[in-house]
Amino acid sequence: MNRMPAWADAVLVPLISILLAAILSALVILAIGENPVAAFSLMVEGALMRSTGWGYTLYYATNFTFTGLAVAVAFHARMFNIGGEGQAMIGGLGVALVALYIPWPHWTLALAGATLAGGLFGAAWAFIPAWLQATRGSHIVITTIMFNFIAAALLNYVLVNLMRPVGAMEPASATFPPATHLPTFQDMFAFGGTLFRGSPANVTFFLAVLACIAVWLLIWRTRLGYEIRAFGHSDTAARYAGISTVRITVLAMLISGALAGLMGLNTTMGEAERLVLNATEGAGFIGIAVALMGRSHPVGVFLAALLFGFLYQGGAELALWTDIPRELITVIQALVILFTGALDNMVRMPLEAMFGALRARRGPKPKPTSPRD
Amino acid sequence: MTDTPAIELKGISKAFGPVQANKDISIRVMPGTIHGIIGENGAGKSTLMSILYGFYKADAGEIFIGGRKTEIPDSQAAIRAGIGMVFQHFKLVQNFTVLENVILGAEEGGLLRPSLSKARGVLKKLADDYELRVDPNALIEDLSVGHQQRVEILKALYREADILILDEPTGVLTPAEADHLFRILRGLRDEGKTIVLITHKLREIMEITDTVSVMRRGEMVATVETARSNPSELAELMVGRKVLLRVDKAPAQPGRPILEIENLSHTDASGVQRLRDVSLTVRAGEIVGIAGVSGNGQSELLEVLGGMATATGSVRLNGHEIPLTGRKADGKTRRAQGIAHVPEDRQHEGLIMRFHAWENIAFGYHHDDRYGRGTLMDNVALRRDAEDKMKRYDVRPPDPWLEARNFSGGNQQKIVLAREIERDPEVLLVGQPTRGVDIGAIEFIHQEIVRLRDKGKAILLVSVELDEILGLADRIAVMFDGRIMGERLPSETDQRELGLLMAGVTEAPAGSGLDAVEESLRDKERREAARHD
Repeated sequence: MNRMPAWADAVLVPLISILLAAILSALVILAIGENPVAAFSLMVEGALMRSTGWGYTLYYATNFTFTGLAVAVAFHARMFNIGGEGQAMIGGLGVALVALYIPWPHWTLALAGATLAGGLFGAAWAFIPAWLQATRGSHIVITTIMFNFIAAALLNYVLVNLMRPVGAMEPASATFPPATHLPTFQDMFAFGGTLFRGSPANVTFFLAVLACIAVWLLIWRTRLGYEIRAFGHSDTAARYAGISTVRITVLAMLISGALAGLMGLNTTMGEAERLVLNATEGAGFIGIAVALMGRSHPVGVFLAALLFGFLYQGGAELALWTDIPRELITVIQALVILFTGALDNMVRMPLEAMFGALRARRGPKPKPTSPRD
Repeated sequence: MTDTPAIELKGISKAFGPVQANKDISIRVMPGTIHGIIGENGAGKSTLMSILYGFYKADAGEIFIGGRKTEIPDSQAAIRAGIGMVFQHFKLVQNFTVLENVILGAEEGGLLRPSLSKARGVLKKLADDYELRVDPNALIEDLSVGHQQRVEILKALYREADILILDEPTGVLTPAEADHLFRILRGLRDEGKTIVLITHKLREIMEITDTVSVMRRGEMVATVETARSNPSELAELMVGRKVLLRVDKAPAQPGRPILEIENLSHTDASGVQRLRDVSLTVRAGEIVGIAGVSGNGQSELLEVLGGMATATGSVRLNGHEIPLTGRKADGKTRRAQGIAHVPEDRQHEGLIMRFHAWENIAFGYHHDDRYGRGTLMDNVALRRDAEDKMKRYDVRPPDPWLEARNFSGGNQQKIVLAREIERDPEVLLVGQPTRGVDIGAIEFIHQEIVRLRDKGKAILLVSVELDEILGLADRIAVMFDGRIMGERLPSETDQRELGLLMAGVTEAPAGSGLDAVEESLRDKERREAARHD
């Protein structure tokens, strides 16, 4: 078969996909009578030209990195975890419980405790679908999406009936004590100036970068990662090698759920500083697109998360300053997801053919592979 | 017989990307002959036939059928030109009757009944003419493989094919079924049909073909009259160098029993009992070969012993009972106990096709300390190990960074063998060691297995190639329907006796052995049918 160099697969395909999505988005913007060039420069301006914009972009990117990694780890075990949304909600609940009810002396300890709690809660929420898949064969796609609804309902109940401060009118917990306040980028880098003013990016961003490194180590350097990848490529081969289906299914989903749960740190502890309903804002689903676009590789996931962070922030700016309706921003994001995720092969196949033709012209390959016989 | 060839190909070339599958191939097949095409895997035989049948379009070259230049853009055109093809993997609708399958795609008119009754008549005539007897009302899923193949031939003949192409037709047949197929083919030839037989088995070429063409690396290297050639000449043409066709080994020196299997039974997930009270002993320094038509429990025997499936009964390794159910009945535990396993299906079991060679070199043994202590794996140690093993087993190309799927079948098998044999196991389970492997590599693989035997290890070999079993095994057990039908020494048996055992006949009755085989196969079909109810 025609194959192309690794760099083309990793760089060229996503770039062309994004370009196609951008062209189509431009056409849509033209169709409603707005100027696509102006819209695009506004997005860049709002998301990348000012430090506050960067603060928002990186804040969103932090969310998407966690959920993207969650989906990526499950992908390596050939499981489609679309329950990142629910796992992140429950992870946020864990973070809130720890932040509210344990008197932390310092934010570093609070962060460590909340990390543990968020991860554990997220993992626990992924455990039940994983266990059902491993032992009963209930399909993980069905169960995880169901668990999103259960998580939302559960959170609603907990917030309204248990955690809502007496007399408060909205479904949200009390504000966390000041000792749990995580340093924002403004705290860290402004040095009294106006850098990152009012933007929600916080120290959790670095935790997300650490998570990328940890996932890379896990997948490509540990025995568990080796087994996860082997299982993901071929479950019959895994059985041959004595790799337990139940063990890998459950462990991969626990890790996946924990990563999604960690997103709660950023939204709940880093930004809102209290638990609110719908803190996840669909980031669990964006994680799927991020993992697809990032080829389930931590570096790719991180870059894709940045792109989607830009789209989110830039989109918010568009909605704020132009007549382009909010819904159209969603359309643009959907186009990017469509081209980078679902229509991947549309770009890949002509590229592969092109590289094949190039190679053929350069003369026969030194080591011929056998054709099917 | 006329001078006009039934098929003439002139200068056919076909490339897949950078790979030249067919290079300027010219060939003439005379009508009323059986023409063999032989070559190693990847030599381009199937590609050539796919061009003839309209699956691929040739980059260059011309096709003449019956002297007339013919364009064959698709299989419909091939059928119109009188070409019928019997594929290695049958293309039959399992829950249709024989009759329905025969007319499928050749129905005339909107109603089925006229076509069906016409087909019934044609089938009856064909059955009488060519010994192609199949119950037209039987469902395909109730038929044996041999009978299903007859349905494929009937389909081609019903479409009035004058040229019949068969792609590796005997791979799934017992020797008796293969004999029957050859009788049918001879009958067809005598009626003036032209038959092209694609195979990698020299014995079949010698037995049935009139002329044979040898392909090597996409080129047609020779076309000879079969009667004027011999197997070693053909093998040399196929590989391009001298090859040893028989296994060179000293007599076995069996020692104490290593692997003792008693009353092993296994029922698969769909409730079919695949192993029935199998008892077998493998001693140190001997190769025990399991012969049988595929699907008679050999695969399951290997899976149970390799820890891929659970079973009842008892298996002792060096006198110690090994667990057959529960958490300790897995491949990891078996490997730790000293049972290495070269699985039948290297692409789906033995290797991860998308892993690099160096990642595959540890597959199953990835918990070993030499590949790193603790949770992290020592990838450098893995790569060093892979380089070393690939060099010693002559894996080509010796590049540890290549993904497993980019190696040829023979080189993939060498990677698996290197991994399993170099672990110095007590017992080696080997399934179909040379399936899809080039002749050149077969020689090497057999030598390595014999070498391990001579080190005093116990080897259990499963193969559907009787020649391989006869050549390699020191003792032969024949399996049929999940049972061991009997054990024989290779020196005291032959293809015919083993063939009878493979068909489930223990005592050869007076009269024709083949009739008994037919009867027993029908018996088996009835049982299979009963199971389905």
